[in-house]
Amino acid sequence: MNSAKRFDMFRMVFSVLIALLISFVIIFFVSDEPVTAIVTLITGPFKSKRNMGNVIESMVPLIFTGTGVCIMFSANQINLATEGGFHLGGLVAAAVVLKLGLPAGVSPFVAICLAACAGAVFCAIPAWMKIKTNSPELVSSLMINYISLWFCTFLLMHFLQDPSVGSASYKLPAESELPTLIKGTNIHLGLLIAFLVAVLGYVFLFKTKTGYELRLTGENENFARYSGINIVKVILISQMVGGVIAGIGGSVELLSPIYSRFSWVSLLGYGWDAIIICTLAKKNPLYTPLAALFLAYLRTGASIMARYTDVTLEIVQITQGIIILLVVAEQFLSGMKHRMIAREAKASLKDEGVA
Amino acid sequence: MENNVVLQMNHMMKIYSNGVVANEDVSIELRKGEIHALLGENGAGKSTLMKVLFGIESPDEGQIVLNGQETTIKSPQDAINKGIGMVHQHFMLVPSLTVAENIILGVEPRKYGIFIHMDQAITEAEEIARKYNFDIDVRAKVEEIPVGIKQKVEILKALYRGADILILDEPTAVLTPQETDELFVQLEKLRDSGHTIIFISHKLDEIKKICDRATIMRSGKSMGTYEVKDISTEEMSRLMVGRDVILTFDKAPSKPKEVLMRVRNLSVRNHQGVLKVEDLSFDLRGGEILGIAGVEGNGQSELIDSITGLNKSYKGSIKIKDTDIEKSSIKGIRDLKLGHIPEDRMTSGCAGNLNILENLFSNQYTDPEYSGRMLLKTKRIQERSEELIVEYLIKCKSFRQNVAMLSGGNIQKVIVAREFSTEPDLIIANQPTRGVDVGAAEFIRRRLLEFRDKGCAIILVSADLNEVFSLSDRLAVMYKGKFSGMFTDVSAVTEEELGQYMLGLKHQEVQEGVIYE
Repeated sequence: MNSAKRFDMFRMVFSVLIALLISFVIIFFVSDEPVTAIVTLITGPFKSKRNMGNVIESMVPLIFTGTGVCIMFSANQINLATEGGFHLGGLVAAAVVLKLGLPAGVSPFVAICLAACAGAVFCAIPAWMKIKTNSPELVSSLMINYISLWFCTFLLMHFLQDPSVGSASYKLPAESELPTLIKGTNIHLGLLIAFLVAVLGYVFLFKTKTGYELRLTGENENFARYSGINIVKVILISQMVGGVIAGIGGSVELLSPIYSRFSWVSLLGYGWDAIIICTLAKKNPLYTPLAALFLAYLRTGASIMARYTDVTLEIVQITQGIIILLVVAEQFLSGMKHRMIAREAKASLKDEGVA
Repeated sequence: MENNVVLQMNHMMKIYSNGVVANEDVSIELRKGEIHALLGENGAGKSTLMKVLFGIESPDEGQIVLNGQETTIKSPQDAINKGIGMVHQHFMLVPSLTVAENIILGVEPRKYGIFIHMDQAITEAEEIARKYNFDIDVRAKVEEIPVGIKQKVEILKALYRGADILILDEPTAVLTPQETDELFVQLEKLRDSGHTIIFISHKLDEIKKICDRATIMRSGKSMGTYEVKDISTEEMSRLMVGRDVILTFDKAPSKPKEVLMRVRNLSVRNHQGVLKVEDLSFDLRGGEILGIAGVEGNGQSELIDSITGLNKSYKGSIKIKDTDIEKSSIKGIRDLKLGHIPEDRMTSGCAGNLNILENLFSNQYTDPEYSGRMLLKTKRIQERSEELIVEYLIKCKSFRQNVAMLSGGNIQKVIVAREFSTEPDLIIANQPTRGVDVGAAEFIRRRLLEFRDKGCAIILVSADLNEVFSLSDRLAVMYKGKFSGMFTDVSAVTEEELGQYMLGLKHQEVQEGVIYE
């Protein structure tokens, strides 16, 4: 690892620590029992098998959307439609297992595949709009998420709704549920699929020709064009692959033991979380499980803290926000980085002088 | 003499965040009422030193003494407050505003504290123009005045802000000879009125003509300060480059082969619709270097962009090896075995945040040698990177180092290594040695000659006259989108003559050796 990368790691850890510290200070101000609250936040997730299970199972959707965003952001396509793609993936999966009446063994498989397709088509819309009309994908993808939300809600209410429970679908057939891996928790097969997707995402981005094209374009579009890379293809493929992963994520989450019905009538926020994951993982899908673990741990701890003490859940949102602000602030600790580089440069000057 | 020193910069060191040491223990001393040349090649660290003085960059070590007092300059505003003004190479003017508005911008005289006092602004602008003998209509819009006047506006802008020390960054680069003469008269007047002028340049004759003293820089270090009248241009160039400047290669006479590229009646307009290349036709044969000289902006970039496929909206035809490239993609043109060293290495020649390896294969990763149907052959690519790093003398820690961390010369070597490693039949080299240290420049030039001898067809566009002179087998001069001259015997043309063709003072009516039927 070269010194610049080492410094980035250091800065990341330092940012996390500062963010936690600020959160603790806030807890001290708002809480009557700050020490208990902080201890609960930190140790809560380890207190029981169930809590630990909560951490692990909430990693799953984060890894999916995080990996999708890593790929799109690597190509410098700031597409935020993972949120809507995830949502749509869930709905498509619910529709398949409820409506198609496929045999138990194939039903979840088909559901995931079709959800992947839906995600790809969905995330390709901002890409296509960019290519055809030059509209910035940031804006179009942000807006299109609401179309996804209300479209899915419409379909839920008109085709899948179970009148006896209100705004939720009929109960999903038990055969289509993804099997649990560890008894006494909800840790399910989706975790392994998520790991696989993260690894495949890494291979795609760093070991394939297309991934190389994506990264070149993301780093310097002029250079990619000059080198003979088809930019239009990169714009489209990067966002479709991101969409595929978001779609799979949504379907896996819905088919997990956590949900027994499709009941998503608001955006779940995994697409936004994905940006945090992507930032922490430095756009490398291989690191998304680690980033997801961190975020899942923090959130599980916060919800336990909220249950047992007088500090509310929102404190973690503040922590997250501060981490992201510090990590993306390029100039943060830049003086220190510059001194480090200057020291190295001076040392090598001396070496040359001696030689 | 010693007591009229206005500014000293002592032992300045500046290291950029990519680890490049731009200034290493540089000292300079300026006196009141002198024109002081700062001389050095591209990349020698002149601009960095001046950016430090003007508060754009902060130094890592060193001391600035202004009028006998040690000081730090935190920002350009701070520099202006301390009486230092800078005229950048690229003008910092608002084209849609008038001259007077540009001059007062940021320090406007005010009415009632909020409104701009336009009448007073015009009076003040006229006053200062008169005071320094600048013949300028301050009511004219900047977009409507010629380059030479724009430069005067820049100087006035600095003077209006009370500059005693004036930094001019390559002021003559954009001027015609007449405008240059006029500028020099103005500068002498300024000097005589007690201003100190720092004149950044690498044109020796200009320095000889107007400067009193010169500080010479080479690769980040100061080579000393000299009285201009006591030092010969040969001596200056030796100090600047490290040896004699005129590079003569022992190159064998070219053995041109078949025509590899035919350009016919090429016309190109830029984005603003201005005709930049006009009805240009020429042939290029294997085994020869066609040099294209010319003042920048005379259509060279547009010509190269059309040949390499970056610009598709041209009229006329370009054939490479009998393939009309009008419908070819950039990849398609590259597949005809074309290598391209781009004009600006950072904007299109590399991706700074990717490592050397990733920058070495952008034009050949689809080669079955380096990739299968889906996957890259990582191991093979790594081996090849190591070979190329050795072969092209790229100074780096490993191929995992990011390109942005390398020096300009080494970045250029990465680009050259990439473009040459495909064994091209055609090379388009646009400013291949700009801002590159002498060693690297010579290496790149030798490589170009080697390729020529192997039968490669080469177009060399360069602002460096020495370079086009020493490398070209045929030499074309581009002026306003056309060849104003074509020389099949490069040794028969003098630098002065070439200059006249570059400025459009001379024009060949009949040109020989342009087309081979």
